Amino acid sequence: MVQDSQPSRCSTFSRMAVFLVLLFTMTFSVGVSGSAHAEDDTFKLGLVTFLSGGAAGPFGVPARNAAELVVEAINKGTLPAPYNSKGVAGQSIEPIVIDEAGGGTKQVGEYRNLIQRKNVDAVIGYISSGDCMAIAPVVEELGTLTIFFDCGTPRIFEENSYKYLFRTGPTSTMDNVAAARYILDINPDLKSVSGINQNYSFGKDSWADFKGSLLALKPGVEIKTEQFPKIYAGQYGAEVSALMLNKAEVIHSSFWGGDMEGLVLQGAARGLFEDYTGIFTCGETGMFRLADQIAEGSIVGARGPFGVYAPKSPLNDWFRENFSARFGTPPTYPAYKMAQALMGLKSAADKAAAAKGGKPAQDDIIAALEGLEFEGPGGTVKMALGNGHQAVQDMYYGQFTNKGGKPGMTNVKRYPADCVNPPDGVTSTEWIKNGLKQTSCK
Amino acid sequence: MDTILVILIDGIVYSSWLFIVSAGLTLVYGVMKILNMAHGSLYAIGAYSAASMVGLYFSAGYVPWGSYAVFLGAAVVAGALAGLLIERGVLRLMYGRDEVIMILVTYGVLLILEDVIKLIWGVDAYFAYQPYSLVGRTKLLGITFANYDFLLIAAAVSIGLLLWAGLNRTRQGKLLRSVIHDREISVAMGINVKRTFLVTFIIGSSLGALAGGLTAPALSVVPGIGVEVIILAFAVVVIGGLGSVGGAAVGALMVGICRALAVHTFPQVELFVIYGVMAMVLMVRPEGLFVTTTARRI
Repeated sequence: MVQDSQPSRCSTFSRMAVFLVLLFTMTFSVGVSGSAHAEDDTFKLGLVTFLSGGAAGPFGVPARNAAELVVEAINKGTLPAPYNSKGVAGQSIEPIVIDEAGGGTKQVGEYRNLIQRKNVDAVIGYISSGDCMAIAPVVEELGTLTIFFDCGTPRIFEENSYKYLFRTGPTSTMDNVAAARYILDINPDLKSVSGINQNYSFGKDSWADFKGSLLALKPGVEIKTEQFPKIYAGQYGAEVSALMLNKAEVIHSSFWGGDMEGLVLQGAARGLFEDYTGIFTCGETGMFRLADQIAEGSIVGARGPFGVYAPKSPLNDWFRENFSARFGTPPTYPAYKMAQALMGLKSAADKAAAAKGGKPAQDDIIAALEGLEFEGPGGTVKMALGNGHQAVQDMYYGQFTNKGGKPGMTNVKRYPADCVNPPDGVTSTEWIKNGLKQTSCK
Repeated sequence: MDTILVILIDGIVYSSWLFIVSAGLTLVYGVMKILNMAHGSLYAIGAYSAASMVGLYFSAGYVPWGSYAVFLGAAVVAGALAGLLIERGVLRLMYGRDEVIMILVTYGVLLILEDVIKLIWGVDAYFAYQPYSLVGRTKLLGITFANYDFLLIAAAVSIGLLLWAGLNRTRQGKLLRSVIHDREISVAMGINVKRTFLVTFIIGSSLGALAGGLTAPALSVVPGIGVEVIILAFAVVVIGGLGSVGGAAVGALMVGICRALAVHTFPQVELFVIYGVMAMVLMVRPEGLFVTTTARRI
């Protein structure tokens, strides 16, 4: 029985050994060829945007939708010129989408995961200035190309210089300097303003930039009251009363998302913005869904030449038509800024590939992106600040109208980029403090 | 003088909202000794239900005034259903555990409900602003107030009176107070404490959702609104004393008026003032204003 069983056992072991060797060889060869395939033909791209929390609805989800649309078009080669070639430097984008919710510490962990575990080739993301400030030093530590697409704080490239980090969207300084210029253009005799801004860095910086610019351009304007309710407070009854009691001609607000919409609703119910002109620097995200609540003549910004302010171009027509058709609503500024970041990446990668005559290395893409001038759906983007790592664009403001039930803007004015951004090497605070000089703005 | 009166009006309006938000929270604690972290989620469920139903109601073109019944009804029904599910599905399995354990349990419920809300309503904002402007405005002391805000004061007073009458003038209220004072003796006297818990939790949940429903017309209803509210509600009930409905009313008034005073006179401290009031009250009366210190039973 033992003798009988020996040959049988040997043959079983042999067969198993052969099978395992074959399986191992096949798996290994498939794995090697698979990874080689991925390295050659795909570009792994981390996309970070709010998918939950208060910023998801107005910012995060439109940005994700824009990414879905544009990545698909890049991979198929169906974007209008100059982006009508397939992929980035011929490689198909493989997106990995991450939720930005949870704060800076969580985001640093998520970022490390993207780079070190998922081995992405680049990251595009971040809406919150706090998250951008937390991620920036880690970008340099890990050495992977990263593009901030939306966060507004100018401090990123004013306080440090970076090799691997870029921002293809303009800073919040531009929103508020342009707001000050606009209000003085339409009301040169302005005598008083009030402000209501969220009690955190974006709100405080926005108000400081607006107030400083306004006083630099027209000294003597009286600041009536400066309100700083808590972010996500939701209830602004006392603030609305304080604004009404102080009777300033103009009320500045950098509220965004749900806070902005709550202020519009509560102000509308009490006629606040009928009696006093409101400036909503981030108002564009709510102008369609709250069209019958925003007071006629309110000044609405889109944080750049985006949304209703985007100049007509084949790229913009394509983006608006396709976004509206797929998602049932026109794209707002976060969607534009995401599309712009993706086009900036493609532009740089394609340029680097053309110069090299083949697949570019990360350093080639970085070199191509530094100081690049490229087209986005919002017009020309110049990587002009922060040693070529920070974008500037023209800025627009206009007054909201809903006459005939069709929301739109009237009295639109364009401000060239050098009139609303500091020169390279000068911080926004210094520039505003010195009276918005040192630029070629006329 | 006008400014002082405006501060008072603003303070009372805000206090009314705070009281409606915190009444359910303090009632549940008073009867069940559960500090319900999920109360904020119930507020959010009420707001979302009200906003959804108002949207459907107006898109169907019904008489605008009927929207008040629709959004209030939707909020209360949603709150009651959610309360029933939470009590039957989770809390009844945990009765008798330490208060700290119950806080963790309700925190878990909060996290689950926040995701459930996202699953049902998504992350886009909902609006129900029509009822807010439907009742018009009133010019008073040189500025304009929304009449809806005065309705909020009326709603808070009504809820306060109903709770008081329910607790002090009805048989069920006496049974409830008996449970508040001594759960074990109540059981010994034949009171069905578990049923009392169920009814109390449903009422508390409905109040939380009603607060959300009443607030929805003035808000953009977005994910996370409940989390913001629960912090304020805790501050109010801690000032008044955990479990005291009267204390919640006084706590809400103190916070509301101090906040309005800060907004009008020194806006930079608005963020701090709520917690400043709470800290000062707790320094003088660690149990809150309306709770007497009792010896712990061993």
